[in-house]
Amino acid sequence: MADAHAIHAPGADHGHDAHHEIEIPFTVHARPDTGLYNGKLGIWLFLASEVMLFGALFSSLVLLRTSDPNWPHGYNILNVWLAMVNTFVLISSSVTVVLAWAYMRLGDLKKGKVFLLLTLLCGFGFMIIKAIEYGTKFSHHQYPSTNNFFGTYYLLTGLHGLHVVGGMVVFAYLLVTANKWYAAKRDQFTNRVETTGLYWHFVDLVWIFLFPVLYLL
Amino acid sequence: MPKRQLRVGTQWLYVDEAEKLLREAMRIQAEEQKKLLASGEVLPWYRRWLFSVDHKVIGIQYGITALLFLLLGFGMMLLMRWQLAMPGKPIPLVGDLLGAANAPGGVMLPEFYNMLGAMHGTVMVFLAIVPLAVGAFGNYVVPLQIGAPDMAFPKLNMMSYWLYLPGGLIMLASFFLPGGAANNGWTSYPPLSVIGTGQTWWLIGMVFLITSSLLGSVNFIVTIVQLRAKGLTWMRLPFFVWAQLVTAFLLLLAFPPLEAAAFMQLLDRVANTSFFMPSGLVVSGTPQDVGAGGPYAGGGNPLLWQHLFWFLAHPEVYVLILPGMGIIAEVIANNTRKPLWGYRSLVGAAVFLGFMSFVVWAHHMFLTGMGTAISAFFQTTTMIISIPSVIILTALIISLWGASIRFTTPMLFALAFLPMFGIGGLTGLPLGLAATDIHLHDTYYVIGHFHYVVAPGTIFAMFAGIYYWFPKVTGRKMSDRLGKIHFWLSLIFINGVFFPMFIQGLAGVSRRLYDGGAQYQHAQPVLHLNKFMSTSALLLLFAQLPFIYNFFKSIWWGERVGANHWEATTLEWAATTSPPLAHGNFAVTPVVYRGPYEYSFPGHDFDYYPQNVPEPDQPPPAAAPGGGGIQQAAVAQKES
Repeated sequence: MADAHAIHAPGADHGHDAHHEIEIPFTVHARPDTGLYNGKLGIWLFLASEVMLFGALFSSLVLLRTSDPNWPHGYNILNVWLAMVNTFVLISSSVTVVLAWAYMRLGDLKKGKVFLLLTLLCGFGFMIIKAIEYGTKFSHHQYPSTNNFFGTYYLLTGLHGLHVVGGMVVFAYLLVTANKWYAAKRDQFTNRVETTGLYWHFVDLVWIFLFPVLYLL
Repeated sequence: MPKRQLRVGTQWLYVDEAEKLLREAMRIQAEEQKKLLASGEVLPWYRRWLFSVDHKVIGIQYGITALLFLLLGFGMMLLMRWQLAMPGKPIPLVGDLLGAANAPGGVMLPEFYNMLGAMHGTVMVFLAIVPLAVGAFGNYVVPLQIGAPDMAFPKLNMMSYWLYLPGGLIMLASFFLPGGAANNGWTSYPPLSVIGTGQTWWLIGMVFLITSSLLGSVNFIVTIVQLRAKGLTWMRLPFFVWAQLVTAFLLLLAFPPLEAAAFMQLLDRVANTSFFMPSGLVVSGTPQDVGAGGPYAGGGNPLLWQHLFWFLAHPEVYVLILPGMGIIAEVIANNTRKPLWGYRSLVGAAVFLGFMSFVVWAHHMFLTGMGTAISAFFQTTTMIISIPSVIILTALIISLWGASIRFTTPMLFALAFLPMFGIGGLTGLPLGLAATDIHLHDTYYVIGHFHYVVAPGTIFAMFAGIYYWFPKVTGRKMSDRLGKIHFWLSLIFINGVFFPMFIQGLAGVSRRLYDGGAQYQHAQPVLHLNKFMSTSALLLLFAQLPFIYNFFKSIWWGERVGANHWEATTLEWAATTSPPLAHGNFAVTPVVYRGPYEYSFPGHDFDYYPQNVPEPDQPPPAAAPGGGGIQQAAVAQKES
């Protein structure tokens, strides 16, 4: 007769360590038949919902604009050059975050951290330029209530800005905890950089749409 | 005759020995757990019961909270029904408690009636039914049915609950603010909702609830896709899991547009933007100076809100009904003791329903003057979406054919669900056709239609689920006698509440009337029905007393039952103890060998053949390559 103790599934085998956490499968490594680890599928689904969120706002913009004959052209009111600089800042940050992930995967934490820091700085740069833009608009008494052009402008860029800040918070957290996590759970940490990177690309992509729609049309 | 052998761990054992061993493992696991609890080396109580990351505890939290909200929403409706039956008469018992601002002398003010109306809808849809169907049943049952140790993201799961509860409390707290709660209907149509009172907190509460359901839906999809046990292929998933998967996709993709709309309405209210404020707005004969020197610049579009709102709210209808259908499918298969008829078409219909639900929203807006071309499009899609609903209902009805039915309490609720949902669905067809909708729009007919879908439809399914999974959660069963009293009384009185609404609606009585139509000549012949409906509603409340008593009594003193009380085939019964382990779900991680509903399997000794019992003539599955998340215990077998 075999020992029943021997056949506990490891997931349920907490022994006497009450604080031991349950092991969730495929947290770090990909499930063979889906090819994804949990976090990666999770972030893709989250981004799908984000597409619907921004999609609804873009649709609203289209509807409001097409029903208003006096809708102004963005290039007459907004600072196209500042926004263009910001576009390059954000695209650069999308490159640096990929490099950060790649170096970490290759085992070079030092370079990885440098590129993570560069990504964070690009985020800062973007928000500073955005703040300058907002400041100029406010000084000209152009508020969200001025008209629906500014309403949608502030709503879309504001929500996008919040997403940038959200990404920066995560990057800062990853940067601060990098040494500890990389030593203890290297794959999991690299995965976190990857999923945050996916989110960051999305934030970047939203701006790629916002820039022509708000500033150039 | 060769004897069947199973491989358990690294050993080969005869079947009876192996099963004994597995039971022993479950028992040891349960004992260890008891010891652990007794030893005090466990997480502090607030980590176990309040801020737990265990899907079962979170499921129970959702369940209890949602049931309380359900009762609260019912209470709001009873206050309204008093006013409709007895316009202008003081409300007995509770009238004086409502405060002078709401009901001076116990007589309800019209503004308060509107608040109750808006909050009844909001509480029932967003705080009661969806959290019960998805948060409670989904959370508790899905990981068990797919053989997972927990949800994919346990902390996110906890966060979902802790966003839901504050969201709900913010909604309710608005009753105590100056100006009271939102009173613009649960649909919150602008411009009324922009200039009205109470709406700001409704919107803030809504943002909490949407964020909660967003996190939940990501969690559900990842869990179902990634954490299925070995051998649990897509076509072996219980229909309940499929229903939850489609529901999660609807929540994931339909809610964000409402979140966007909520941001916009919030900005309209607090920052004076004009997204939904049209120029030249006149309210009750008074120009509002929109676009003419007032705080609003104008140029907004109130219809935009309706589009964004119904883009959520129509898929939301399927969020309300799909988990209920899933529960009904489980209960019917279990109590008919045979496989569901047309499992594949059920799955296909549920997925198609999910897709189609995104392109029917504007059938709520036929009367907005959006144009005949758009109306034609949306009435076509609406007729198309009725097909998968009919497929699901038909498959469930045919499943009864030739069955030797066990008339348990959950089965009674499931059997009642079929005609009740049928009435709800079929009465929707005239509303989906623009020509007939002109007459029926915004009448009590609409109220009757969707309440038949949600109340004797979804809520009956929820009751079926509670009676069905109660032994799983507590290890005890609820009283069948009390359950049957609860069922028959509920069935009679719930029809007494909702059926007369069709008669009133066809006579042209509008919804949202403070006096129930007393001021209108055309409503006089059907006005007496208000008293009938209100009496039925009160009796429906009394009919819930046996349930409430039964529920609490059975938690502590119910009859103890075995691990698989209903002799079911799905993993939540076949592979775990009842109640399941508090930590990790399965003593032995299950492996799945067959479809979910193998009842009365030819040649098998018992009339149920659990998904996790190996077959004599099947080779053992190959070991999981890579990743190594799935452990196997009793997997392989050979003949000797």
